[in-house]
Amino acid sequence: MTGLTLVHLYPREMNIYGDTGNMLVLRKRLAWRGLDATVVPVSVGDPLPADADILLGGGGQDATQGDIGADFVSRAATLRAMADDGVVMLGICGTYQLFGHEFLTKDGRRIAGTGVLDVTTTGSDTRLIGNNHVESPWGRLVGFENHSGLTRLGSGVQPLGRTLSGRGNNGEDATEGAVRANVFGTYLHGPVLAKSPGFADELLRRAFARRGDPVELAPLDDSLALAAAEVAVGRPR
Amino acid sequence: MDIRPADLLPIWLGKLTLLALRLSGRRGTALPGLVVEKLFPRFLPRRLAALRHGVVVVTGTNGKTTTTKMVATVLGQRYPVLTNDTGGNFVRGVLTSLVMQSSWLGRSSAEVAVLELDEAHAVRFCEVYQPERLLLLNVLRDQLDRFGEIDTTAQILGKVAARTTEHVVLNRDDPRLVALAPGLPAEVGYFGVAPELRAMFPTDDELYGGPVRIADQPASAVLESVELGLTTQVELTVAGERLAVELRAEGAHNAQNAAAAAAIALTLGLDPQTIAAGLLAVEPAFGRGQSFSVAGRRVVLQLVKNPAGFRQSLRTVESLRPAATVIAINDDYADGRDMSWLWDVEFASFLQGKSGHLLTSGSRAADMAVRLRYDELAVDGVNPELAGAVDEAVSLVKPDETVVVFATYTAMWHLHQVLEERVG
Repeated sequence: MTGLTLVHLYPREMNIYGDTGNMLVLRKRLAWRGLDATVVPVSVGDPLPADADILLGGGGQDATQGDIGADFVSRAATLRAMADDGVVMLGICGTYQLFGHEFLTKDGRRIAGTGVLDVTTTGSDTRLIGNNHVESPWGRLVGFENHSGLTRLGSGVQPLGRTLSGRGNNGEDATEGAVRANVFGTYLHGPVLAKSPGFADELLRRAFARRGDPVELAPLDDSLALAAAEVAVGRPR
Repeated sequence: MDIRPADLLPIWLGKLTLLALRLSGRRGTALPGLVVEKLFPRFLPRRLAALRHGVVVVTGTNGKTTTTKMVATVLGQRYPVLTNDTGGNFVRGVLTSLVMQSSWLGRSSAEVAVLELDEAHAVRFCEVYQPERLLLLNVLRDQLDRFGEIDTTAQILGKVAARTTEHVVLNRDDPRLVALAPGLPAEVGYFGVAPELRAMFPTDDELYGGPVRIADQPASAVLESVELGLTTQVELTVAGERLAVELRAEGAHNAQNAAAAAAIALTLGLDPQTIAAGLLAVEPAFGRGQSFSVAGRRVVLQLVKNPAGFRQSLRTVESLRPAATVIAINDDYADGRDMSWLWDVEFASFLQGKSGHLLTSGSRAADMAVRLRYDELAVDGVNPELAGAVDEAVSLVKPDETVVVFATYTAMWHLHQVLEERVG
């Protein structure tokens, strides 16, 4: 079996809250099972690999998000086609916002997104900051949110889960994140996959299934990660 | 400093508050300052304005405490210095220092104040008093759960620089700081490191893969070379003169801090030889590479707060050669609640085969262990209880061997107390 191609979107620009750790988690969870992976960093101007299996993108600073915004949006059609083709995508925070239709800033500017997910984000004056976790079909997702954009979901997506402790997408409707088929968006940093091993394996399983190589992922000892998740859930926001 | 009758009341009040705290066995640095601040809001600016050589504010993300100690020690070669070295990294701590260093008759010999302030408190301080001098060390990602973004932090520092009246000394190797220079009312100067050392001191953007940028600003103090061992041997060019200095504060980052301290000292008229003598006399600051002798073992306590600082501190493992390493991560407000930053530090190359026994501790001991596991480092113990973890590490090593403890802010404070008790 050939290894998975893991695409890291803007690893330098969109990396502010340790989201690169998600890539490390996926890589190691493959390696520990004797499965190969190739990581392809994609920065401004670089081509997107046609054989991408999983595509990850993290959060950035507001200013940086502006720097890469045009490049990101120029890939909108390609990204939508990849999403329709079942490529597994995980966008955190800034990348999640750019997966959406648009971002309306506080001062009324409209920044176009890619429309990969049916969500829209508006800027606000308050930052939603703190520990957060949601229950999902792939186990408890545990992380830390830090964003001022408020995201509302359209009918074309489902929330990733209900927020139990945090503010979530917008601080109002108790939803966190969005999912459509194999595309996931979330505000959970942490990095989210570190303390949500079931979710990490779900992404890998879907990537193999899409290629027609369904695998039985050998179980790993995740007792530390689950213990760390349990601690995190019990900590103040 | 002359006695002003109006100052006697606040000084007495502050001293009595401090006395009451001590008698009740507490060691607060904020309360006396708070009392004086509330009742006598003009006391602080009036006392500071009376200092012959004014106020030096030291701020930035990393290295504030050690650099403040360096500046205070260097300036102490020439002037009586007032400084907030009691760990009161805020305006009230400054007030407490003022009260403590004045006599009951209101006399203080201090001629210059060297104040460590974090970014947010520096802004608040500048609203009360416009400092004569400002030393800006760096802007790195740290406590983003408190400040939001690193660019926001840079803007905050810009406000402090704009309020400074005489000299602003900037790290020329940090582009976010260099960008603050245009339009400042004060005279701008720089410190820096030699181009061939630049890779050892990555800026925030460089840490995350950006190209290394060589500055072209002329610097009055430049770090030319650094050799790490049990002590740190550095060479500096200060006002054109080459100096060789042995620092007791460990790590390359402290060699860079020495250049910063030298540059600000020059603006106060100190000559290079006096600066060198001052740097030689600097001892490690509270919990920043301090050594404790516990049951014949050497325990070194290193504060870690953010990815850049953690990387710099991890480099000391190479020279300390520990037989055990403890990483203690708390997530109280002062530590930062977000654990994401642990994933911005690469541990394998610093610890693989060099750490000795490896233990994690603190409220997020499990998070730290997960992080190390993904760097393929074997963890020998996960014990959230701080004292227990350090005792275990000490028990695992032989006499004369070294235990290194990396600890976040509140974990460091707690362990400092524990280690002082263990030294007995």
